[in-house]
Amino acid sequence: MPNSPSNDVDAPPVTEQPCRFPDDSVGLVTPQIHHFTNPLLLTCGQTLSEFTLIYETYGRLNADASNAILICHALSGHHHAAGFHDQNDKKPGWWDQYIGPGKPIDTNRFFVVSLNNLGGCHGSTGPTSINPDTGEPWGSGFPLLRVRDWVNSQARLADTLGIQCWAAVIGGSLGGMQAMRWSLEYPDRVRHCIVIASSMKLTAQNIAFNEAARSAITSDPEFFGGDYLKHHTYPKGGLSVARMIGHITYLSGDGMGNKFGRELKSGSFKQGDNEPVEFQIESYLRYQGANFSKSFDANTYILMTKALDYFDLSREYNDNPVTAFEQSTCNFLVISFSSDWRFSPERSREIVNALIAAKRPVSYAEIDSQYGHDAFLLPNERYQTVFSQYLNNIDIGTASKPKTGG
Amino acid sequence: MRIDFQVIQQWIKPGSHVLDLGCGDGTLLKLLSDTKQVSGYGLEIDAKEIASCVEKGVNVIDYNLDQRHLDEFNDQSFDTVIMTQALQTMRYPDKLVEEMLRIGKECIVTFPNFGHWKARLHLGLSGVMPVSDLLPYEWYNTPNIHFCTFKDFEVLCKERNITIKQRLVVTQNPLDKAGATFLPNLFGDTAIYHLG
Repeated sequence: MPNSPSNDVDAPPVTEQPCRFPDDSVGLVTPQIHHFTNPLLLTCGQTLSEFTLIYETYGRLNADASNAILICHALSGHHHAAGFHDQNDKKPGWWDQYIGPGKPIDTNRFFVVSLNNLGGCHGSTGPTSINPDTGEPWGSGFPLLRVRDWVNSQARLADTLGIQCWAAVIGGSLGGMQAMRWSLEYPDRVRHCIVIASSMKLTAQNIAFNEAARSAITSDPEFFGGDYLKHHTYPKGGLSVARMIGHITYLSGDGMGNKFGRELKSGSFKQGDNEPVEFQIESYLRYQGANFSKSFDANTYILMTKALDYFDLSREYNDNPVTAFEQSTCNFLVISFSSDWRFSPERSREIVNALIAAKRPVSYAEIDSQYGHDAFLLPNERYQTVFSQYLNNIDIGTASKPKTGG
Repeated sequence: MRIDFQVIQQWIKPGSHVLDLGCGDGTLLKLLSDTKQVSGYGLEIDAKEIASCVEKGVNVIDYNLDQRHLDEFNDQSFDTVIMTQALQTMRYPDKLVEEMLRIGKECIVTFPNFGHWKARLHLGLSGVMPVSDLLPYEWYNTPNIHFCTFKDFEVLCKERNITIKQRLVVTQNPLDKAGATFLPNLFGDTAIYHLG
C-alpha cells in the first residue's frame, strides 16, 4: 500500500503549545493528498487518466482495520469535517458537532476518513484542476460525474488506506446517496450504512431548485460557458444567487421566521422617512451568498447539483428499490428531520419501506427540529443520542465480514 | 421477565421474521433475537423507547400507528406480527388487528383484561374508573383509550371471522390463578391471543 495509515494524522494531535481546542475536538488536523495514477473509468464513458483526492483522517486505524468510518459530504462540503487547520481557526470542520472524542462519531473508537469528492474545488481533482491533456484548467470540459463515480473513487482511497471493509459509511443529503450507493455496489465493503436527510432520488421540485441555481450561474456574464478561468474571472454574482436559492431551501419557514422575523438591518418604515430598508434576512442571504462565492467553484456547483439530480438509486435495478436494496448486506440507520422539506421525512420513509420489503436490518428515527434540511449539521439532543447509540453498538473487535473477491 | 413475553417466546418459531407493534424499549425483540434468532423490526412512537431499542441493537422504526395504518407493509410479509399491551392504546384497534392479519401469517396480541374482578369491583362499588398498580392512570390522562375484556375481544374476532388459534390467560397472584381456570374473564389480568 503506498500510504500507510500509520503516517496519517491522528487525534488527539501533537501540539507544541498548550492546546486551546475543546477536549471533545480532534484538534489540529492536516489534510493528506493521494495521487492516483490508475485510470478511472467514469459512468459517462470518459476516463480520468489520473486524479488526486484530498482527505483528512481522525482517530487511529486499529490492527485489523475494522474501525474505519467513511464520511461522504453533501453538495457544498469538503474533506475538512472536523478539527482545526491552525491555532487561529475560528471555525472547526463542517461536521465537528458530530465527529470527535466522545461525540457520536467517536474518534476514541473509530478511524474516520473524510475526503473532498472528485469534481470538488477544495483540493481533489475537479474543474479548476489542470487537464493533463491540455495543460489548462478543465473548466467546462470536466466530465460530469455520478454518485457512483464518487463511490468508485472512494473505494480506491479505501484500498490505499488498507481498509477492506468500512465499519460504517455515513452521509447526509447527497452524502446519504453515496452511502446507499456504497451498500449496493460494494456490499462486502460496508458493515453499516447511515443515511441522514437523504432520498433515493430527487423530486421534480428539488431538481427545479437546482436548475434555478444553475441558471443563476450560467446567466452570469462572467461565466463564459464555464471557462471563466481562461478569462481570469468568475461568476461571483451568479454563484452567490445560486447559494441564496439553495440556502433558503435548506431552512424551514418557521426556523427562518424565528431567527430573522421581519427585523430590519437598516432603514425604517416611518412615514416621511426615505431611507432604504434592508431586512435582516436579506442581509444574511447576501452575506451567505457572497461568502460562498469566494470559496466555491461555479463549475463544481453545477457538477454537484447535476450529480444530485441524476441520482436514482434503483435505475439499474429495474426501477425497483427493493431489488436494489437486496444487493446490500449491511445494517442501515436512516434519520430524517421533521421540518426538512427539501429531503422530507417522507423520502426517508421510502428508503425505510424499501429496506423492510427487502428484509434488510434498518432502524429509523424522525427527529423533531425546526431547522429544516440544515438540521443534520446542527446540535440536537435526540439526533445525537440515536446516532451515538447506533455507533456504540458497532463491533470493532474484528471485521465481521469475510474478505471476498467481489 | 414479563409473563406475556415468556409465553410469546415459547410460541415463536426459531428464525421467524417478526414485526412488533408498539415495541417499547425493544426487550421482547432482543429476547427473541437472542433466543430464537428472529429477524424483524419494532414499530415505536416514543423517542426515548426508540433510543433504547437502538442501544440494544434492535431494529426499530419511528412509527405512529394512529396516523399510519401499516399500508406500506406487504401482505403476509412477516411470519408473526406481535402487539403486546398496546391494543387498548390504539385509536382504531379493530382495523389494526385486521391489518396485522394481512401483514402477518399469524399474530400474537396481548392486552390487559378490563373485566378483571378488581376493575369490576372498583367501578361497581366506588362508581369511579379503576386506578390500580396495573392501570395507574386517571381517566383523563390514560393512554389506554380502548379498554376491553376478553369477552369483548372474542366477540370482535367472531364478527370479523378471525380465528383464535390459542388463548392463554395469565395472572399475577395465586388466588387469581385458581379462579382464572374456571372464570378467565373475571380472574385473568392479561390474555395472550394467538390469531390466524
